[in-house]
Amino acid sequence: MATTTTPATTTDGAKGAGQPARPPGRRPRRSLLPYLLLAPAVVLELAIHVIPMLVGAWMSLLELTQFHVRDWSSAPFVGLDNYRVVLDVDSAAGAELLRSFRVTVVYTVLSVGLSWVLGTTAAVLLQRPFRGRAVLRALFLTPYALPVYTAVITWTFLFQRDTGLVNHVLVDQLNLLDDRPFWLIGDNSFVALLIVSIWRTWPFAFLCIMAGLQNIPDELYEAAAMDGAGFWRRLRAVTLPMLRPVNLVLLLVLFLWTFNDFNTPYVLFGGTAPAEADLISLHIYRSSFQTWDFGTGSAMSVALLLFLLLVTAGYLLLTN
Amino acid sequence: MSRRHLAILTATVLAAASLTACGSGDEPGGDSKTLTYWASNQGASLEADKEILQPELDKFEQQTGIKVNVEVVPWSDLLNRLLAAATTGQGPDVVNIGNTWSASLQATGALVEFDDATLDKVGGKSRFVPAALAAAGAPDKPPAAVPLYSLAYALYYNKKSFADAGVTAPPTTWEELVVAGKKLTGDGKWGLAVEGANPSENAHHAFTFGQQYGGDWFDTAGKPSFDTPQNVAAVKRYIDLMAADKIVNPSNAEYAQNQSVSDFANGKAAMLLWQAAGANLQSQNMAADAYGVAPVPFLASPPADGKQVNSMVAGINIAVFKHTKNLDGALEFVKFMTSDTEQVTLNKTYGSLPAVSTVAADAGFAADEQKILAQTLSTSAAPLPQVPEESTFETLVGTAIKELFADAASGRPVTEDSVREKLTRAQQQMR
Repeated sequence: MATTTTPATTTDGAKGAGQPARPPGRRPRRSLLPYLLLAPAVVLELAIHVIPMLVGAWMSLLELTQFHVRDWSSAPFVGLDNYRVVLDVDSAAGAELLRSFRVTVVYTVLSVGLSWVLGTTAAVLLQRPFRGRAVLRALFLTPYALPVYTAVITWTFLFQRDTGLVNHVLVDQLNLLDDRPFWLIGDNSFVALLIVSIWRTWPFAFLCIMAGLQNIPDELYEAAAMDGAGFWRRLRAVTLPMLRPVNLVLLLVLFLWTFNDFNTPYVLFGGTAPAEADLISLHIYRSSFQTWDFGTGSAMSVALLLFLLLVTAGYLLLTN
Repeated sequence: MSRRHLAILTATVLAAASLTACGSGDEPGGDSKTLTYWASNQGASLEADKEILQPELDKFEQQTGIKVNVEVVPWSDLLNRLLAAATTGQGPDVVNIGNTWSASLQATGALVEFDDATLDKVGGKSRFVPAALAAAGAPDKPPAAVPLYSLAYALYYNKKSFADAGVTAPPTTWEELVVAGKKLTGDGKWGLAVEGANPSENAHHAFTFGQQYGGDWFDTAGKPSFDTPQNVAAVKRYIDLMAADKIVNPSNAEYAQNQSVSDFANGKAAMLLWQAAGANLQSQNMAADAYGVAPVPFLASPPADGKQVNSMVAGINIAVFKHTKNLDGALEFVKFMTSDTEQVTLNKTYGSLPAVSTVAADAGFAADEQKILAQTLSTSAAPLPQVPEESTFETLVGTAIKELFADAASGRPVTEDSVREKLTRAQQQMR
């Protein structure tokens, strides 16, 4: 088949023979356009992320308490003292931070892991068309679509010991337990937090994996089926390897979101969470705002930032 | 206009808008004709407060031509919002503050000092009840606010429950309260309701019990002294109402949104320790003659250094931010809110006591509840330490007690050692 080609227009503005030459004075304005289009995003990125982060790093070097919050320039410069306090596990602040860190690690691993398993399972089961699939998809995505505060406040009511629906079902309806357990205080508070977190998170995993599954060619499944591969074999040999690029990003994003999760524990427990569910973001908030010690709180934040950067860099290196 | 021109224009507008957004903010009500006022939640709800305050603010506008934009801020957010306003210089002109926070907020330097000259502008120092004015800042400095509503703790009891259980008089000692509480506990009802997950409430009770046991939460140098034997005994006594005496529903360990008041109003609990609860109880359909009011009990056998204190000097102060651009208007508003007429109107509505001595004898404060509160304030109330770290004390000790209530509710043993450990940890977090 005969084809015709036209000379490609180069990015530096080479023109076809028939085109009139542009006046030289208009070129700079044209080259300005991409920067103007980028400007709002750059300004907002600087204002919302970069500058506050740098200010936070600066705050971590100050003794910024209630005596100095109004005029930061009067706050004594203490160098790395705040870091010494929060990273010294023998000090009260350091021990509390370490405990909170451990709780957060376990919480993140369980929440991300279980959310991924649930999301993958649901997406695979809903991969083939069947009657009612659209309804189920919409239903599964509901927790992700709900405003976080509304959703978690509802869970707070559900978990109340005396009046909550959870105990009503477990104790009064199903008679699974003799005594009404507490969910928002004590050991169970971690379980309650995890349940709410997974409930909120797994629909996102479901959504991403569902999208990833659409890109797997049917021919691969057909070929596998012809080779005699059953469901599990197809899952292991076709689905999961083909989903690898999606999963690499998905797991990283879920890890970062979950590790930094502030809204869920804050709404579920108020400003102070039980020790068993004291996630690090809420712990830093309490250290900063409730004790009015912004220097120490900032040091914790910077330490957390460095940890997350390290983990992210390690993850990307390992998975590249 | 070509598409490219349109794109350039759009991008420029967006860039300009984003830059402008960085510079804009919640400016204080700046001009001479408006003020922004953050009121604390004194009534049954934020909406109820707004309905109570709005007619008075309209009156002020008629008198002065200054419009006051009011926002009622819930207690759970108020301190953080105040701190943010102090830090940024943005926000309200006039604010209500819990009087126990006065010294802490004073230390930020963000509030207008009420020296004698400034006090004269709002009616003069002599107008205010001395004990209430003393709880408006550090003792060696001019007050950082002036008192608005005066409050004290009292014991509220359900008359019918008492009669049914054969309890003939309200308890005057904690030992009597425990005996009565055990008689009143059963069939899904409990002797006493507490707000176990509310750090501020917990800290207030820790202070009062501490005084009765001879404890101080700060030493004479202003350093924290949380884990003294007296304070440990005091906190344990309070927690034991649930842990050992079992006259408090373990579910109260979850309460932080005034559910204990509702439990008392609904007859689920027969006693309540609260500040001026009457108006709130009546708004929850509890008849005024259904409950009695008595002073908070004392220890039957107090230690030698124990103090005859059964309440903190509670109350709400009104303060002005230095960042206001309408200082005269703000002080005019403070003068209005502390005027005789407004003091009677507002305190009568809220069931609190006036902060000015000129209207103390008004018939509006002659009910039994107000008499008990006034008697407590004049004879057996003490102010919380007016030190800069006071608000941190409330947070840390209040949270430690919240955790101890959670332990008690979960069936974990609450011992002197466990109480001491929590208080020591709280103290170590003070800087």
